Amino acid sequence: MGLVILIVVWLITFISAYFFLAKTWWLPVGASAAAAGIDHHFSTTYILMGAVFIAAQVALGFLAWKFRERGTASTAAHYSHGNNKLEIIWTLLTAVLFIGLNLASGSIWASERFRPAVSNATQVEVTGMQFAWYFRYPGPDGKFGATKPELIDPSIGGEGALGLDTTDAASKDDVVSGVMYVPVNREVEVILRAHDVIHSFFIPNMRFKQDAVPGLAIHMHFTPIATGDYELTCAELCGLGHYKMNGMLKVVSQEDYEKWLAAREAEKQ
Amino acid sequence: MATREFTAHESHAHAAPQGFIRKWVFSLDHKVIGIQYFFLALSAVLVGMLLSLLMRIHLIWPTASVPLIGEIKPETYLTLLTMHGTIMVFFVLTTAPQGGFGNYFLPIQIGAADMAFPVLNMLSFWVTALAFVVMLSAFFVTGGAPLHGWTGYPPLSALPSAGPGEALGADLWVISIALFCIGALMSALNFITTTLDMRAKGMTLMRMPLTCWAWFVTAILGLLAFGVLFSAGILLLLDRNAGTSFYVPLVVVNGQMVGHRGGSPLLWQHLFWFFGHPEVYIAILPAMGLCSQLLSVFSRKPIFGYKAMVYAILAIGLLGFMVWGHHMFMSGMSPYTAFAFSIMTMAIGVPSAIKTFNWLGTLWGGRIRFASPMLFAIGFVSLFVSGGISGPFLAQPVLDIPLHDTAFVTGHFHLIMGVASIFGIFAATYYWFPKMFGRMMNERLAQAHFWLTFVGTYCIFMPMHYAGMAGQPRRYSQFTTLHYLEKLIPLNEFISFAAFVTIAAQLIFVFNLFWSMKAGKKASDNPWEATTLEWTTATPPPHDNFGGHTPVVYNGPYEYGVPGAPKDYVMQTDPTIVAVH
Amino acid sequence: MASVPTTVPFEAEPIAGRRGGAPPCHGNDGGEGGPFEYGSAAFAQRLRRARLGMFVALSAIAMIFVSFTSAYLVRQGLPTIDPSTATLVHDWLPVRLPPLFLLNTLVLVVSGFTMELARRQTAREAAGTIAASEAPALRTSRSQISWLALTIALGLAFLAGQVVAWRELAATGFYLATSPSSSFVYLLTGMHGIHLLGAVLVLLFAGAAAILRKPIASQVVILDVTGWYWHFMAVLWVYVFCLMKFAR
Repeated sequence: MGLVILIVVWLITFISAYFFLAKTWWLPVGASAAAAGIDHHFSTTYILMGAVFIAAQVALGFLAWKFRERGTASTAAHYSHGNNKLEIIWTLLTAVLFIGLNLASGSIWASERFRPAVSNATQVEVTGMQFAWYFRYPGPDGKFGATKPELIDPSIGGEGALGLDTTDAASKDDVVSGVMYVPVNREVEVILRAHDVIHSFFIPNMRFKQDAVPGLAIHMHFTPIATGDYELTCAELCGLGHYKMNGMLKVVSQEDYEKWLAAREAEKQ
Repeated sequence: MATREFTAHESHAHAAPQGFIRKWVFSLDHKVIGIQYFFLALSAVLVGMLLSLLMRIHLIWPTASVPLIGEIKPETYLTLLTMHGTIMVFFVLTTAPQGGFGNYFLPIQIGAADMAFPVLNMLSFWVTALAFVVMLSAFFVTGGAPLHGWTGYPPLSALPSAGPGEALGADLWVISIALFCIGALMSALNFITTTLDMRAKGMTLMRMPLTCWAWFVTAILGLLAFGVLFSAGILLLLDRNAGTSFYVPLVVVNGQMVGHRGGSPLLWQHLFWFFGHPEVYIAILPAMGLCSQLLSVFSRKPIFGYKAMVYAILAIGLLGFMVWGHHMFMSGMSPYTAFAFSIMTMAIGVPSAIKTFNWLGTLWGGRIRFASPMLFAIGFVSLFVSGGISGPFLAQPVLDIPLHDTAFVTGHFHLIMGVASIFGIFAATYYWFPKMFGRMMNERLAQAHFWLTFVGTYCIFMPMHYAGMAGQPRRYSQFTTLHYLEKLIPLNEFISFAAFVTIAAQLIFVFNLFWSMKAGKKASDNPWEATTLEWTTATPPPHDNFGGHTPVVYNGPYEYGVPGAPKDYVMQTDPTIVAVH
Repeated sequence: MASVPTTVPFEAEPIAGRRGGAPPCHGNDGGEGGPFEYGSAAFAQRLRRARLGMFVALSAIAMIFVSFTSAYLVRQGLPTIDPSTATLVHDWLPVRLPPLFLLNTLVLVVSGFTMELARRQTAREAAGTIAASEAPALRTSRSQISWLALTIALGLAFLAGQVVAWRELAATGFYLATSPSSSFVYLLTGMHGIHLLGAVLVLLFAGAAAILRKPIASQVVILDVTGWYWHFMAVLWVYVFCLMKFAR
């Protein structure tokens, strides 16, 4: 039985480890400035923790086999209540490993979250509602127009879904879109809002995730570094349509972005 | 004589009850109450498993029609998910290890004749049972059971218009949880008072089995945490029914403004997780205590580092109250606070690691007997390692960004709570069944159950980590709308098939349980040759646990393989051999 | 860590009882039920256990009010978006507390004194009857009932006063859902009131036990732990009142 335990535990360990090492299913391709740092730290963590995982499971299987009871005449178990020195050693090592890992990630976290967006970032207001994302651009005046909850009507989409107050001067040049367009290599400032319940704005390739909370306007930023189409989705249970609250982030050149925005502005006339 | 005889005391505090109702329904005997809790948990786990079976069917066959239910709509899937989580966390993991086995064996293991407050004990069971009935009733009311997840975040859980099932069903859900809190608090009161005040002579705190330490600290966690959940629930009920705005700011649901303003959804998250994190330790600590016990018994040597194990349990309990924010890294909480919580979370990994090292140290140099309780104990260690290792990923906010609310989290907590903790319950059942029912469970069936479940649960929950890394969000009723999820469908199919097999394998356990009660091999008083007090008394124990006399304790609980002793174990009550260490 | 653990043939030594030298026969009896004499070892154990249980229970109740406090402070301080201006505003407007709360506070504090008197009177009765006769005392005295009855009356007066205070608050237009601050006033005072009502019911039960001439030792224990609970309720009320009055 000890041998069976060893074999099964080792098999499970090595098969699991294989799929991690082979990256058969892995993080999506990173396309933001922060992705490299996050992915690097992810790798560090998973190598260190993977080593611990393998060591512990291998030890477990080995010990179960090595110290199995063999016949009635075998020697008694080794009577010992422990070893304080060992306890101290492995406690310290564990503490150093765990807390060290965390402190190492601290600088990345700080750069992502402790500072506001730069002043010339592309501003996009992202609003989540059951079950769609809307994206609003402030337009040439750089100001977001007022919205009023009484004016919200999701059935007409776009400006109606956001409850845009068209009497406000700043609203005149606001562009509302169901697709998120941003220029590459420029920081994007996202202002996250939600109308009804908590949603979460998740762009896997950008390593971006942040809850959109009703009653709050949360400012976050990321910098896309590769053009392309990237799926985005909702990552906080928001009701029956949670699974289909998806969207698309299109990262384009600065030129294409300006063309797109100009075309949207022109439509409003 | 190994134990002293005293003149038999005429009356145990209450004489053994007569009549079916006093004996089996409203019993004051902690042993009967423990068995009642156990069967409540068994009923709950069967319901919970059925719900998860339906979930796994729907995920890989979204348009399939299930007999008696028909096609599972997205909202139905979310209802299954919500009730699965709620029922499993509360009515299985918080009930069987503590209310079930703790109630039965804590008094006996410390040498007491019953719990401190038997009437309160009986009430705590019936309140919990009532809570379960209320929870199940949510399925049958208009709108059905809620779909807001076991975590119940408002505004989704606070607004009847936010989804099907969020009207009366959600009210019943909250009421059930509030009742459960009351039952849990009553139970915690009993455990704490009993442990502190009713230990037999010689049973010092540092001679208590680690199971008792685990039950004791779990009760303290429950005492301090369930009140907070209760308060959170009251505020939610008021928001839902009395028009208050504790949690709900001004929101517009589907074009309709609702009459709330100014509330904070994050308030619920703080209150809920202040309870929720200690709750997961409530779910795992008794299993850890039992694992220590079983590894020692079946390796025939003392637990490695008893004192360190006690300190580790205490540290886990204390730190468990300081890490709740790690569920909220993406919530809109301040990033500085997030960082503080993440340091504390890494810190709590340390005592858990110590326990794992000590378990390995207990095996080292042992003479291991592979009885079914031991198989589950060894399985527990493996699963705890696997589930624990994914913790440090999630504990770092930066890595939580891609992983939060993905299948990685689901895999993590299922390995720990949904498997390791359940293995603790299985181990407890196989281990203590002889003492409770006077018969052994069938070993062959037990081994089959172990292997199918051990391999099966790894096949279910390890792949979820890969899916999560690849970006598969949790709580999605289907994966048909996002292109990047298409390549994960085969993985999900594998998980579902593994789940079908594993769920089926549990029938072996259920059959073994009931069959052995009637036809199992008769058990001796101490079939495992263990040293703790429950094995000194008759099988099953008499009404006052020790048949008229109080045990006196001379030894610690893990005196196995004592050199020079006539047998390879020394009972705690044995005065003739006192191992000096 | 033991190098060569020694096993020692053990000479069983006499084991002294916990108090007064009686053998620890059922030192851990199962709790309720069964007669016990005032002043006996069993009584001391029963009292200690009941007090410990009460202390534990009070910790749980305290946590409920700790959570309400944190909800109160968070709600008070948290800004929220005013949708019409899209700016962050604080919408906490403190509500004027009915002056009756102050009178009720006095009533409750006085009832704490009467509770103490009831408790001590019962204990004295029990001690007195031990001295007076050998047999366990089953009688009760008139002056003991009146302190207990007075405490019950004051408790009920407090609760009635709270209901009147709510009516006053409602008359000024502040109901449960009117504003966040009014929500908390009703919530905090209501939860406190429910817990105090529980204590009043227990005191009624104790009064019934006295009238029905139940064993005086049990009455002593009941009044003792209820006394602690009562004092906690009074302190809790003062705390709730100060929170509403000063943390505005």
